[in-house]
Amino acid sequence: MITVDLNRVDIRELNQRLHDLNGDDGRAPWRIVGPDGRHSIAVGLNAPLTVVVEGHVGYYCAGMNQHADVTVNGHAGPGLAENMMSGTVRVTGNASQGAGASAHGGLLVIEGDASSRCGISLKGGDIVVGGSVGHMSAFMAQAGRLVVCGDAGAGLGDSIYEAELYVAGSVGGLGADCVEKDMTDDHRRRLAELLCRAGIDADAGSFRRYGSARTLYNFHVDHAGAY
Amino acid sequence: MCGIVGLFLKQESLEPSLGEWLEPMLVAMADRGPDSAGFAIYHDPAPDGALKLTLYHPETGFDWETIAEGLGTAFAGRVDLHVRVTHAVIVVNASEADARAWLRRHHPDVRITSVGAAIEIYKEKGLPDDVADSYAIRQMTGSHALAHTRMATESAVTTEHSHPFSTGRDLCLVHNGSLSNHNRLRSELERHGMTFQTDNDSEVAAGYLTHRMAEGASLEEALESSLDDLDGFFTFAIGTRDGFAVLRDGIACKPAVLAETDQWVAMASEYRSIAHLPGAAGARIWEPAPATVYAWSRN
Repeated sequence: MITVDLNRVDIRELNQRLHDLNGDDGRAPWRIVGPDGRHSIAVGLNAPLTVVVEGHVGYYCAGMNQHADVTVNGHAGPGLAENMMSGTVRVTGNASQGAGASAHGGLLVIEGDASSRCGISLKGGDIVVGGSVGHMSAFMAQAGRLVVCGDAGAGLGDSIYEAELYVAGSVGGLGADCVEKDMTDDHRRRLAELLCRAGIDADAGSFRRYGSARTLYNFHVDHAGAY
Repeated sequence: MCGIVGLFLKQESLEPSLGEWLEPMLVAMADRGPDSAGFAIYHDPAPDGALKLTLYHPETGFDWETIAEGLGTAFAGRVDLHVRVTHAVIVVNASEADARAWLRRHHPDVRITSVGAAIEIYKEKGLPDDVADSYAIRQMTGSHALAHTRMATESAVTTEHSHPFSTGRDLCLVHNGSLSNHNRLRSELERHGMTFQTDNDSEVAAGYLTHRMAEGASLEEALESSLDDLDGFFTFAIGTRDGFAVLRDGIACKPAVLAETDQWVAMASEYRSIAHLPGAAGARIWEPAPATVYAWSRN
């Protein structure tokens, strides 16, 4: 176990030490204390490291993650795990806006609530939120899955392409071109697997599925006259 | 981008610590707003019938004594004077209208930054760390305070354009964001007789709240209607005589964090400003919902 106290070591030094292991195969787990809302903690990791942050983090924690397993025992500020490629990021508290934005792969687990624009422009990977998400979540999402065990705010899935959205609670309103879809046994089975992998105790049978009506993102020949 | 912080103490016994707790909150937001800083602090209320004014003149070492003496002669009774850098707090036995008229006639170069019983507003161009030092914020006491660090987007970097803006007696506003309909709204408010000191968008938001409350709206009602009438992005913190209120616009892209313990309520643009408050680790922490008014007071 390597412990780094951010009251003694600055973020650039911490991240450089973690980047020095990029391409490596991990080894000792890292424990980061004293985050106190600092930005860009554990950004750009590219090795199968285990990193645990004890406390609340600021903006952009665990951005661009590849292979690493990052856990924040606290809340996270805006832009958590943005553009994640692979690995796992877990927050035991809440996350602010734009969590998991533009992620291509991996698994983001937010045990509490996520704020607005969770999973905006999602391009792959999975986001599992134990609580609720704010407005405009999964805006323009293109691939991947967003699972919300609580409620979703207004404008869910606005201008969505092909991501799968699962919500157990209420939806404050579906965005443009986002519609409810059938929940088949196959969806339930895959959702149950994901919930299990995320360590979130929820009944896959209690979710409703939403996705793209596919009327927005293709050129529609009936609209040719408008151009 | 700007930084906002607010701190409200729930217990009178904590009031000696206000400045000591506020200063690192403000300084932590310096990189969100390095152009200028300002703060409103509520303490030491003026006696009944008296008025507390914070005055500003750009000249350090300005002759505030002459103004205090002039006010003392014009309005019977004792006049208290406390000078801090380019600001002076004067407590005078006069009505607001009379005090304003006297200052306008005799010292038109002096600007009033706040009026009320307890509020004092100080603001200055320059790095927030330097402003905090020169005003010795750490030594200040009081029941609650708001502060702002500014990175200008809408108008010039001057002390006059800095926050907080007074929104009436014992009321002030700090703003993170930008308004797009402030020119039209300013014109409308000017038609109602309001005057503005700058072309700043946040001053229009302050003027809007002042105007709505002069029409009879409560602070909560004025804030609710601002959601319809202000076009743009905002997180507001509003200082009141007994506490403070927080409001974010419906899109809520400007950040805000609230934290509460048995001893205090704090708001900040980022958690970094709250992390070092005593008891922060065990505080209830949440992000204020869009288009929702949050308010605290001791009463």
